[in-house]
Amino acid sequence: MSPVFAAVEPTTTWYLVLAAVLFTIGTVGVMVRRNPLVMFMCIELMLNAVNLSFVSLARQLGDIGGQTTVLFVMVVAAAEVVVGLGIVVAVMRRRPNATADDLVELKG
Amino acid sequence: MLDLVWLIPALPLLGFLVIVVLGRRLGDPKAGYLATAMVGGSFAVTVAVFIDMLSKTAEERAHVATLFRWVPVGSLQIDLAFLADPLSITMCLFVTGIGALIHLYAIGYMHGDPRFSKFFLYLNLFVFSMLMLVLGENLLVTFLGWEGVGTCSYFLISFWHERDSAATAGKKAFVTNRVGDWGFMIAMFLAFEAVGTISYGGINAAAEGGMLSQSAATAIAMMLFVGACGKSAQLPLYIWLPDAMEGPTPVSALIHAATMVTAGVFLMTRVNPVIAVAADWVPTLIAIVGVTTALFAATIAVAQTDIKKVLAYSTVSQLGFMFLAVGSGAYVAAIFHMITHAFFKALLFLGSGSVIHGMHHEQDMRRMGALRVLMPVTAITFIIGWLAIAGVPPFAGFWSKDEILLYAFAKSPILYVVGMATALLTAYYMTRQVIMVFFGEARWKDAHDEHGAHGDFQPHESPKVMLLPLVVLAGLSIVGGALQLPFSSDLHFLEKWLEPVIEFGEADISGTWAYNNKYVLLAVAVVVALSGIAASYAVYSKKKVRPIEPEILANAWYYDRGVSNFMGGPGRRGFGAVAWFDATVIDGAVNGVGRLVRGSAGVARKAQSGYVRQYASAIGVGVVLLLVWFVVIRGIL
Repeated sequence: MSPVFAAVEPTTTWYLVLAAVLFTIGTVGVMVRRNPLVMFMCIELMLNAVNLSFVSLARQLGDIGGQTTVLFVMVVAAAEVVVGLGIVVAVMRRRPNATADDLVELKG
Repeated sequence: MLDLVWLIPALPLLGFLVIVVLGRRLGDPKAGYLATAMVGGSFAVTVAVFIDMLSKTAEERAHVATLFRWVPVGSLQIDLAFLADPLSITMCLFVTGIGALIHLYAIGYMHGDPRFSKFFLYLNLFVFSMLMLVLGENLLVTFLGWEGVGTCSYFLISFWHERDSAATAGKKAFVTNRVGDWGFMIAMFLAFEAVGTISYGGINAAAEGGMLSQSAATAIAMMLFVGACGKSAQLPLYIWLPDAMEGPTPVSALIHAATMVTAGVFLMTRVNPVIAVAADWVPTLIAIVGVTTALFAATIAVAQTDIKKVLAYSTVSQLGFMFLAVGSGAYVAAIFHMITHAFFKALLFLGSGSVIHGMHHEQDMRRMGALRVLMPVTAITFIIGWLAIAGVPPFAGFWSKDEILLYAFAKSPILYVVGMATALLTAYYMTRQVIMVFFGEARWKDAHDEHGAHGDFQPHESPKVMLLPLVVLAGLSIVGGALQLPFSSDLHFLEKWLEPVIEFGEADISGTWAYNNKYVLLAVAVVVALSGIAASYAVYSKKKVRPIEPEILANAWYYDRGVSNFMGGPGRRGFGAVAWFDATVIDGAVNGVGRLVRGSAGVARKAQSGYVRQYASAIGVGVVLLLVWFVVIRGIL
């Protein structure tokens, strides 16, 4: 390992910053993209950003609770993906090329 | 045997159900015989229960037979239960006994009617409801029967609903009874509020044990009295009963003379401990209403020309006597008079029905006369009924009326004097009726010609099936007084029998002037009855005095017309105002709330754009704002 890298040992802060960056990318993506699939991926990005901050803090604080929570989040996210992708596929079958903005049936 | 008490109402119900299904096939007269047999069977069961009860001691005679829990709601637990005790069995005996006789009579009277089987269907349903009413162990079961008899009364009054007057009379009876039913319901609510139960056992035990406050007892007793006034045709709610004569005569005899109209008196007797606990003015008011009604109706009966209307007003008057008894604390006398009245008034109604039948549906007494020759059995039995109601010893009515007047005297001599005046009028108008119908010259010959009818018209005696009930009831009207003779306390059979039920409320009059001089009062009663008869004889038979039948009495003091004018005029405007208030203010408030919600929602819905990304942005902005709130303003972190 080269001395340059040896000097900068990654700390918890680095991981939290990375998580914040990922979360922001996800948030902006949900807000600006119209393709439902991409929006979906952005949501997953946000979830995993939160997961990352959970495990980082769990390691720093030596608290197993944070890691446990991540497992729950992943399970729920998997279940959510099944439902969400099912809906997206069903919508795409009926209306190919539909964007999120085209689906405004529930407009007040 | 006492557990079989459920069979008493079950048999008429069975008869009702069978006639519902097979009525048309059974037809005339089999449906009638079936209905009669069911009520007769019910009577047999009642007699068996009665005999069983006689073999027990007074304490063991009250028996509650619970069928099932009917209303289990929190602390309100109501059973469908029957209370077999001396009072209810007494009621059952004469309801089923007289009911069976009238059913039998109706087979002859209704012969040839196109809705023959339907008539017996209603009659059986009525008997079932009436038995539920008297056997009920709590106010709700009684109320079930109470409404049932009201409904059957409506059906049967307007049985010939092709006639406009019959349909109207049915409606009038139903609506007037609703006023009374309101009182009954309020009384039920009050009883539950005050005692926590509506079973008679619970309410009466609370009253006897001092657990019921005087104010609560007063309210309950007054509300039940309102209900009783409606059902038993007392002032100011009597107006439906005279009109109810539009129904077939067996109906008038069964429902509007012998059984249903006595339900109010029965109810008052059932809750006599409550009345005893209530404020002193409650029994006084009941007595005043009773005696006023008695006199009022008797004056009207003097000037009626319809054979059934006379009897109808007479019934109102006699019911007034029963309420006078209740108000004077003479519950035994009230029940005694109820029984003897059931005998002789059913007899008189059935007799008048026999006359109407023989006269081919002529009801005007001015077109009758001298019928004793052509209808000997009807005439003799009717005369026995007349002697009984007029108060001639030793017939049944004399003893029961005298007992009531004795207690009335002990309460207040004024009540006694008014009651005696009523007795005088009763003897007078009943004698008038007997003379107009059965004596004098035969006026139906001219009347027949006036009608422009053809052929030989000859009133005829009724068939045997109609005469048998007349003869039985005439026998009962003669001997009925033996239930309770005043001469010695050994002869107070009815009082001893009813004692467990009425012990608490019964007034004690021993030692009063009236009690010590009861033979004087008996003699006065005889003199009054005979002078009433003599006066009527002088007017209507000897024609020495011109009859006094002023227009105002023939029109029932214009009370009826007054009520309808009031209801049609100011009353109707009042209801119109209430309806306007309801439509404008109440509905306006409700609709206003609706409009308000719609309006505000119309603005708020604009926020729902349907763009998912916009919602996401809103959430994002919201999170940021919350962060700013917590971090910058609250200073957390």
